[in-house]
Amino acid sequence: MSKSLLIISRQAPWSGPGARETLDIVLAGGAYDLPIGLLFLDDGVFQLFAEQAPKALQQKDLTANLQALPLFGIEALYCCAHSLGERGLGQTPLALPAELLDTSALQALLARYDQVITL
Amino acid sequence: MKFAIALFAAPHQPAARRALRFAQAALADGHEIVRLFFYQDGVHSASSSVVSSQDELDLTAEWRTFVKAHNLDGVVCIAAALRRGVLDTDEATRYGRTAASIEAPWVLSGLGQLHEAVQEADRLICFGGP
Repeated sequence: MSKSLLIISRQAPWSGPGARETLDIVLAGGAYDLPIGLLFLDDGVFQLFAEQAPKALQQKDLTANLQALPLFGIEALYCCAHSLGERGLGQTPLALPAELLDTSALQALLARYDQVITL
Repeated sequence: MKFAIALFAAPHQPAARRALRFAQAALADGHEIVRLFFYQDGVHSASSSVVSSQDELDLTAEWRTFVKAHNLDGVVCIAAALRRGVLDTDEATRYGRTAASIEAPWVLSGLGQLHEAVQEADRLICFGGP
């Protein structure tokens, strides 16, 4: 049986190539049909909002890559509720169907996966 | 135990040194390293273009010596490396660049190599990152 891998994405989409490169790990894993989970934590939660304007920063839009997640078979999407609240985003609708997790649910999630990458 | 080691930090960052010391200690204790995978700024830690002062640790040289001595599988992510100007001679030729800084024992390859290592290893140990 394949080992499960949880990828924790902690960077805002405008902070450099980090968020995109983290997502690339997820999509590559999906292409190999591996059991991959993706957790948006800390500034990583900013990736979950629609109406981003990356063109103003001469950057490519990450939204299209994020929307490709279900096509790559990545359906285990999670978001840290505390990180959203800290950034005043608790009430804003998310652009992806990510499950909101509180602190104890986060601990359970981490325990459930065989391997973890945090970026 | 079988370890996969991922490095996300450039050679001047403490995590790059810690990764090397961990890898050395793992082998010294009789463990196996199934693969080293350098990603994000970690690609610079495989670069042969890094120049250190004579009285400073030359981490990229030490990594190279270590990987060669133990015949390890040292993989540098090609997409992350190209983005950061870290090329081997093939890629330098392909994109018309004058400098190549990835040479044996390092090889450029894709993210599939990271996933394969994750599957093979008992533990994935990551160094560096935000």
